[in-house]
Amino acid sequence: MAEQIYDVIIVGSGAGGGMATHQLANAGLKVALIEAGDFYDPADEEQRTQLRYPWESPRRGASTQRRPFGDYNSCIGGWELDGEPYTQKGETDFMWWRGRMLGGRTNHWGRISLRFGPLDFGRRDIDGLGDNWPIGYGDIKPYYDKVDKLIGVFGSNEGLYNDPDGYFLPAPKPRLHELYYIDGARKSNVPVIPARKSILTKRINHERGLCFYCGQCSRACGVHADFSSSTVLIYPALNGGRVDLFTNSMVREVTTDREGRATGVSYIDKKNHQDLQLRGRSVILAASACSSARILLNSRSSQHDNGLGNSSDHVGRYLHDSTGASRAAFLPDLMDRDIYNEDGVGGMHVYTPWWLEGANLDFSRGYHLEIGGGMSMPSYGFGFAANQYNEYLGKRVGGYGNQLRDDIRRFYGARLSIACRGESVPQYNNRCELDPVVVDEWGIPVLRFDYQWTQQEINQARHMQDTMEELLEASGGVTLGDKPGADQNYGLTKPGEIIHEVGTTRMGVDVRTSVTNEFGQLHDADNVFVVDGGTFVSQADKNPTWTILALAWRTSDYIVEQMRQRNI
Amino acid sequence: MDRRETLKSLFLAPLAGSVITSTACSSISGNTQPLISWTPLPTNYSYGRTEIERLSDQKLFAETYFREHELVTIAVLCDIILPNENPNGGALDAGLPDFVEFMVKDRTQYKLPVRGGIAWLDNYAIENHGADFINISEKQRLSVCDDIAYADNSNPDLQTGIRFFSLMRDLTLTGYYTTERGLKELGYIGNSPNVWDGVPDEVLKRHGKSYEPEWLAKCVDQTKRDEVAEWDEDMNLLG
Repeated sequence: MAEQIYDVIIVGSGAGGGMATHQLANAGLKVALIEAGDFYDPADEEQRTQLRYPWESPRRGASTQRRPFGDYNSCIGGWELDGEPYTQKGETDFMWWRGRMLGGRTNHWGRISLRFGPLDFGRRDIDGLGDNWPIGYGDIKPYYDKVDKLIGVFGSNEGLYNDPDGYFLPAPKPRLHELYYIDGARKSNVPVIPARKSILTKRINHERGLCFYCGQCSRACGVHADFSSSTVLIYPALNGGRVDLFTNSMVREVTTDREGRATGVSYIDKKNHQDLQLRGRSVILAASACSSARILLNSRSSQHDNGLGNSSDHVGRYLHDSTGASRAAFLPDLMDRDIYNEDGVGGMHVYTPWWLEGANLDFSRGYHLEIGGGMSMPSYGFGFAANQYNEYLGKRVGGYGNQLRDDIRRFYGARLSIACRGESVPQYNNRCELDPVVVDEWGIPVLRFDYQWTQQEINQARHMQDTMEELLEASGGVTLGDKPGADQNYGLTKPGEIIHEVGTTRMGVDVRTSVTNEFGQLHDADNVFVVDGGTFVSQADKNPTWTILALAWRTSDYIVEQMRQRNI
Repeated sequence: MDRRETLKSLFLAPLAGSVITSTACSSISGNTQPLISWTPLPTNYSYGRTEIERLSDQKLFAETYFREHELVTIAVLCDIILPNENPNGGALDAGLPDFVEFMVKDRTQYKLPVRGGIAWLDNYAIENHGADFINISEKQRLSVCDDIAYADNSNPDLQTGIRFFSLMRDLTLTGYYTTERGLKELGYIGNSPNVWDGVPDEVLKRHGKSYEPEWLAKCVDQTKRDEVAEWDEDMNLLG
């Protein structure tokens, strides 16, 4: 039998890889999809964590190394993986998240689906920092539109210039603590609008189920009512018969020929510990920003002695993550509250987009506010510091016996919290590179991170803290814990902690300062593409998934056209 | 103190399942009566684990970390923190000693604080009441707990005990309120398919809140949720 030569080999099955698989298989191409983790389907009873009560787990949903967001969370992966280390340079403390399952991190994400706005593609023109994208909102808008309709996203058209309207499904009504937040934010002249999330509040087709309001999107949905790359994009593509799926397969490098063009990939079959190869006419990297950069850096050859696509020495550079900070408050008005089912959709029903564009601030780039709180199903951690709120009521904190039961009941659901997610300024010197010595369990050189926040991000975090304090208090809340000060960088999260890392293979026109063109095509090898967050020139104050999906669709169209013209 | 009284005070109504006998206590009096008993928790779970996770949990269940004396002390503390005398039962009814044992093995950072905390507690009980914690009278035990159960106690000699008691209280409460009994007591309603259609009217009224018509116009009409969405060219949702 002749060796199979695929039209495209796609490395990684998250948002970008899933979209490319879906589009290219639909276009009739023969696709190999490679995933480092196992097959996963939340509808499979063996893998289901949704609709489980806390006592169905011996640790009641507590986090583990393998499930950092709790052991009902559907993401298999994390910041620390057995056999797959990474290292840090100098004072760096970068947290590198990796999903190891079909669908990757789209299985557990918050489903917050925000379009970038026109300003987000040209930040350098506004503040002189970083770089502009080689494309503008007009280039990507048709793809955002198509993604909205294919996948489904609830929200509302608000006519906000930099938070563009979309083809939205209707939003869920706010919960009670969210109504408190709405009133509080308005007192402070801060806007609040319905959240934008890829969860089906209304039918978009007859294949996927509707949201049944269990509030557990982070456990992945058995009726496929929220967006996961696997459930929404990859299963339909697999059913079409044009896709061969390779799970538990860890790509070592992209193989190239004498002209420097890709011929396929070499990978490790993790189950059998075998080194294998696949051949293809093109290779699409969608392994996540840092993993794709690592594969490129490890793909050294006589034509690409600095790593594939790295003649510019820009692979791994401009690595950046969203900023984050959070604060919580006790809402005395919600003490002794009525109990009813307010699980709702997974996470917030309302949020605040960036509202100070153009204001005179001591930092550039904005942030948005995500709202949490209310009554949710208890899991590990519930009841910790059971009566800490007694402090605010002038009562004694602590004790034992049945009075604790009263305190637990009184304070249940009387909580409001805010998490900020902001844009950082990409830096040439913030990067991942190959560690000169350390390898993973398959002998593949690992990444070493070199990353420092700048004063921009620290000042932004200070502003976040002031905002959160003001809004929580305006909502009637009593803020909890100490407000973090300068000694703690104002509670600024570690780089990598928000899991929005992007920029390592950024797109651009100038081949000396970018890795790909506007279609994610390597400047140095025209049959190699990147469709994960690596191509981002700047990560806006929006979560990156919707933009990864839109760009992956755009790249897929480009690949089909280039193949039709026989350019690839 | 009278050893039999200790046993009596610790011997609760017989529950289904595990019975622990503290060898330390038996050796004092030769009494083989169970010291304390609780509803055992299962040691076999199936909730979407990978093979690696399943094996790792099995290993945890097979591991013995606590000595019997320590486990009895944990059970006695759990029982003091959430006694069984309550319509929804208490810590022992809810199998808390098993839960605490599992969590301490699972979160290894708890191992030393709990072991050291128990040792501290015994030393404190011996110093003040002449025997280790489980072998003093119930009244004396509660007096020890009163010394270490409150955050506002700044006595530097008690800080280790205060921190330990706080950890035991956290584990006991979180373990209890994540059982069926705990959810029932809390009144939690959810974790089941339903249709969210906003805060109930009477609750809104009680809190002086309302939904604005402009906001509601953006929200889902749940009577039409099953109809396939369609938009006009200006992004307006039809119907």
